Amino acid sequence: MKNNKNETVFGQNVSVKNANLWYGDFQALKNIGIEIPEGKVTAFIGPSGCGKSTFLKCFNRMNDLVSGCRVEGEFKIGEADIYDRSTDVNALRKNVGMVFQKPNPFPMSVYDNVAYGPRTFGVRKRSELDELVEESLKAAAMWDELKDRLDKSALGLSGGQQQRLCIARALAVKPKIILMDEPTSALDPISTGKIEELCEELKKTTTIVIVTHNMQQATRISDKTGFFLLGELVEYGDTDDIFSSPKDERTERYITGRFG
Amino acid sequence: MSIRKLFESELADLKTELVEMCRLTETMIESAINALVNRDRELGKSVGDTDKRVDEYEMDIEKRCMRILLKQQPVAKDFREVSTALKMITDIERFGDQASDIGDLVYHMPGERYIKKLTHIKAMGELAMKMVRESVDSFIRNDEKLADGVIAADDEMDDLFETVKDELIALIKKDADNGDQAIVLMMIAKYLERIGDHAVNVAEWTKYNETGVHLKF
Repeated sequence: MKNNKNETVFGQNVSVKNANLWYGDFQALKNIGIEIPEGKVTAFIGPSGCGKSTFLKCFNRMNDLVSGCRVEGEFKIGEADIYDRSTDVNALRKNVGMVFQKPNPFPMSVYDNVAYGPRTFGVRKRSELDELVEESLKAAAMWDELKDRLDKSALGLSGGQQQRLCIARALAVKPKIILMDEPTSALDPISTGKIEELCEELKKTTTIVIVTHNMQQATRISDKTGFFLLGELVEYGDTDDIFSSPKDERTERYITGRFG
Repeated sequence: MSIRKLFESELADLKTELVEMCRLTETMIESAINALVNRDRELGKSVGDTDKRVDEYEMDIEKRCMRILLKQQPVAKDFREVSTALKMITDIERFGDQASDIGDLVYHMPGERYIKKLTHIKAMGELAMKMVRESVDSFIRNDEKLADGVIAADDEMDDLFETVKDELIALIKKDADNGDQAIVLMMIAKYLERIGDHAVNVAEWTKYNETGVHLKF
């Protein structure tokens, strides 16, 4: 779907049909179909190597950067087919932001980290950048603690602050969707709590898809949960149902710790 | 011991205690009915003393459930089993309360002799014991069909109650002097009927434990 400037318009929901992915000869994703609703937190759980992060990275085509990776199937964000030849990958990644396991602030000031995205997409006016930085840091619940340290290096922040700064940086380009790949696995419980609170707040305006190994976290913050195993999406549904009455024996065994 | 094995062991201990609590309430109902049938006032009074042990079981099982929820944070069937046990003990404790109330009524029963045969009340007592036992057994054995049987048996209990009620009303109409004892017998019948209702609650929780859906029947 394009606007009148012939730019792809991305929605806030994700629809995937018959997705298959190979790394060379190894098939990492097998015939996955899923409907991720807008304005919700969707969690992907499953053992290491089950394909959940690989699947997440399809949503902003991060897998394009992996040599030997081949993707088949239909991936739509709103009405936009993200693997269509005409899709502008930079525009896709602007609309589908990503936060990684390890905080990765740029070696520059707090302000420049947050302003990096908007500058890349052509915002030059200082007042506009100031506004975006303030808005993004407020959305990431960091403005009060960082407003007097905007010119300090982001590398001097604590791990939890760095991770929230990365979320603020992702928010600065006003994404429709944020992908989080184990965003709290390197953080202490207080920082983890802050990020979880943030997810609750952010979902009012942004769809969130999170990969987590922490099942209590999935239970606490997500509305929908998908369980992956050996490249398959075994079960997907409302989080309350998945954690109280899973339909598939494999889900039951994994979440109750009886897997293997 | 692995964390999973530890959890399974804690769950097994919880179920053992639940069965013990249930069996105790069964014997209380049995004693209350025997006290009634044999006009054994002291036996009736002793049922109330046993109720203290039921209350202790309730507190102890509640603590076990809370500890498991806190330490193990169970999910799926594990979560349903612990939450089902936590809900069930309230109804099982009520079995004990009602048996104790019947014992107390027997202790204070007015009149020298009974104004009617106790056939139907005795049948209600036997049915109550069966429903109590099978409701908790259905949970222990993960037997949804047994739970369905308990739910179905409640109709029989309600019919027996209606029969007793009609008989007592007729006796009061016939002779107002029957009133004092008729009201006591009516209360006993009502307590037995309520035990049936609590057994149905337990059976409903068993069905929740099996299916994840809590329906009221």
